[in-house]
Amino acid sequence: MTTDNLSPAGGPGGTARPGNGAAPESRIHDIGYRGYDGPRLGRSYARRSLFAQSLRGAFGLGRSARSKIVPVLITCVLTLPAVIAVAVTMMSGADQLPMTYVEYTAGFEMVITLFLAAQAPQAVSLDLRYRTMPLYFSRPIETSDYVRAKYLATACAVLVLTALPQAVLYVGALLAKLDFADQTTAFAEGLAGAAVLALLYSGIGLVVAALTPRRGFGVAAVIAVMMLSFAAVSTLQVAADFNDAKGAVPWLGLFSPSTLIYGLQHAFLGAGAPFPGNAGPSTAQGLVYLLAVAALIAGSYGLLIRRYRKAGL
Amino acid sequence: MPVTVILTESLSKRFPRVTALDRLTLDIGSGVTGLVGANGAGKSTLIKILLGLAPASEGRAEVLGLDVGTEGPAIRARVGYMPEHDCLPPDVSATEFVVHMARMSGLPPTAARERTADTLRHVGLYEERYRPMGGYSTGMKQRVKLAQALVHDPDLVLLDEPTNGLDPAGRDDMLDLIRRIHSDFGISVLVTSHLLGELERTCDHVVVIDGGALLRSSSTTDFTRSTATLAVEVTDSDEHPDGIGALREALEARGVRTEDGGAGLPGAGRILLLTADGDATYDLIRDTVAGLGLGLVRMEQRRHHISEVFRHDDR
Repeated sequence: MTTDNLSPAGGPGGTARPGNGAAPESRIHDIGYRGYDGPRLGRSYARRSLFAQSLRGAFGLGRSARSKIVPVLITCVLTLPAVIAVAVTMMSGADQLPMTYVEYTAGFEMVITLFLAAQAPQAVSLDLRYRTMPLYFSRPIETSDYVRAKYLATACAVLVLTALPQAVLYVGALLAKLDFADQTTAFAEGLAGAAVLALLYSGIGLVVAALTPRRGFGVAAVIAVMMLSFAAVSTLQVAADFNDAKGAVPWLGLFSPSTLIYGLQHAFLGAGAPFPGNAGPSTAQGLVYLLAVAALIAGSYGLLIRRYRKAGL
Repeated sequence: MPVTVILTESLSKRFPRVTALDRLTLDIGSGVTGLVGANGAGKSTLIKILLGLAPASEGRAEVLGLDVGTEGPAIRARVGYMPEHDCLPPDVSATEFVVHMARMSGLPPTAARERTADTLRHVGLYEERYRPMGGYSTGMKQRVKLAQALVHDPDLVLLDEPTNGLDPAGRDDMLDLIRRIHSDFGISVLVTSHLLGELERTCDHVVVIDGGALLRSSSTTDFTRSTATLAVEVTDSDEHPDGIGALREALEARGVRTEDGGAGLPGAGRILLLTADGDATYDLIRDTVAGLGLGLVRMEQRRHHISEVFRHDDR
C-alpha cells in the first residue's frame, strides 16, 4: 500500500526533480500518512462554520438537488410580487409603492411560515434522525454552540427570505425616483420588523422541529402550531369585537406568533390596523408585546438547550 | 516507550437502577487496545466518560494526561470518535460531510479539504466520495465514519464496534485498517468489540470488562503466548493406519512432549501440538515424519486464541 520511495529531497508531493539537462521527471508518489501540525481554530470557529453550513443548507446549497426545490420555489413566490409591484410603480408613475415594506411582509406571512415549516426540520431533525449529534458533541463544541449556530442560521435564513423582496421594493422605489428619505425610513422599519419576525418564528419553529427526528412530523407540527394558533386567536378576536369586548382584542393578540408580530408592527412601526374592528395595540400594550416576544425568543433558546442536553451520545 | 494514554482510577458510574461501571482502574498505553465486553458491559459508558460527556459518579479518569471532568473540550480536540451506530446523513457526499466534520474540529477551510482528501484515500474511499452517502454499502459507510474520526489527526481514536455489520472480508479490511492507524499513522486506538477473537491479531493489549468491572487486562502476547506452538498434521499409510499416533510415539521416544490438538473440536486426534524449541525441532519433525514414511500435510505455528485462554480461566 504505502510505498516508501520518496526521497527526502522530494518534499511533500515531490514531483519534478531538476536533473542535469535531463527532462524533468514527473512522478506520483504515495507519500503515506501525513500528520497535521497546522492551527486548530477552536469553538467559535466551529460555531461559525456550523452556522454557515446550516444557512447554506436552509437554501439547499451543499445538499442534493431535491433539497433545493422548496426553498428556491418559496423564494421566487415571495419575491416575484415585489418585482411586479416595482414594475407597476414605475410604469404608472405613482408617487409611492402599492404597499409599505411592513405590509408586504405581513401579506406574505403565510409563505414565510411555509418556508419555516420546511426548513426548521431540515436544520435540526436530520441531525437527530441520522444520529449525527454524537459526531458534533465528540468534538470541542458544546451544546450551546450547536444551538446558537442552528438558531442564528435559521433566523438568518428567514431574514434573508423576508428581506429580499423588501430590498427589491427599495431598489425599485429608488429607481422610480420616489422620495429617498421616506423610502429609507420605511425600508429600515420593514427590516426591523423582519428581524424580530425571523428570531421569533425560527425559535418556535426549531423548538417544535427538534421534538421529533421525523422530518414530516416536524413540517406538519410547525405549520399546525403557527397557523392553528393564529386561527384560534383571530376567531376569538372577531368574537370579542362582535360582543362589544373591544378592549380584549389587543390582549388576545399576545397568544399567537403572527398576531404578536402584527401587533408589534402596529405599535412601533406604524403599520395599519392589524386586528378585527380596526383595532391594534397601543404603545403601552406594544411594550407588553415586546416583552412577550423577548420572553418567547429566550424561552425557545432555553428549551433548545435543554433538548440537546439529552440528545448527546 | 509506553506512554499512558488512558488512565482511570476506581471509576464508577451509577444510574438509578444499574451500575454501569464499578470501580474500574485501567492504565492503557499507546498502541492498539481492545476493550472487550458483552453488550451492556459498560463499554459505551466508559467512552462517554472518557470524552468528557458524562460525569463519573466516583473516581477519576485522564485521557492524554487531561482530566475528563474539567478538560473535556481539550480532550475532544485531540481525540477522534467513531460511534457504533449509523450517523451519516444520506443526501450529502462523503467529501462534503468529512470536510464539515473537520471544520467542526477546528481545521481551517483549506486544511479541512486537504485532510479530507488524504483521510478518505487512506481509509480506501476513492471516486465514490463525491456521491451521496445514502447509496453506500455498509463497508463504505464504516470507512467514512472512520475517516471523520481521523480527519483532524487526533492522538487517540475511540472506535466503538467498528466491525459491526461487516461481512468477513470487510471485517478483515477494517481490522487491517485499525492496525495501520497505529503502525502507519502513529495514532493510538481504543477499539471495542463484543467478539474476543477478532481483537487477537489487531491489538497490542486487551482489556476485558464485565458488569462494569475489570475482568482482565494484559497484552495480547501474554494472552496468546508468542512461544511457538507447532501444529502438525500427517497422512496415514498402510504401514501406520494411525499416522498421528505413530508420529507421537516416535517423537516421545526422542524426548519431545506432545499433546492432542483441538481437544473436543472437529478434527481432534488429527493434529498434534508440540512446543518448538528452535530450528532443531522443525528438522526433527521433518526427519521423523519422513522416517515413518508418512506425508506431512501441514506444520504451522499456532498462537492460542484469546478465547481459549478465557475458556480456561472460566473453569
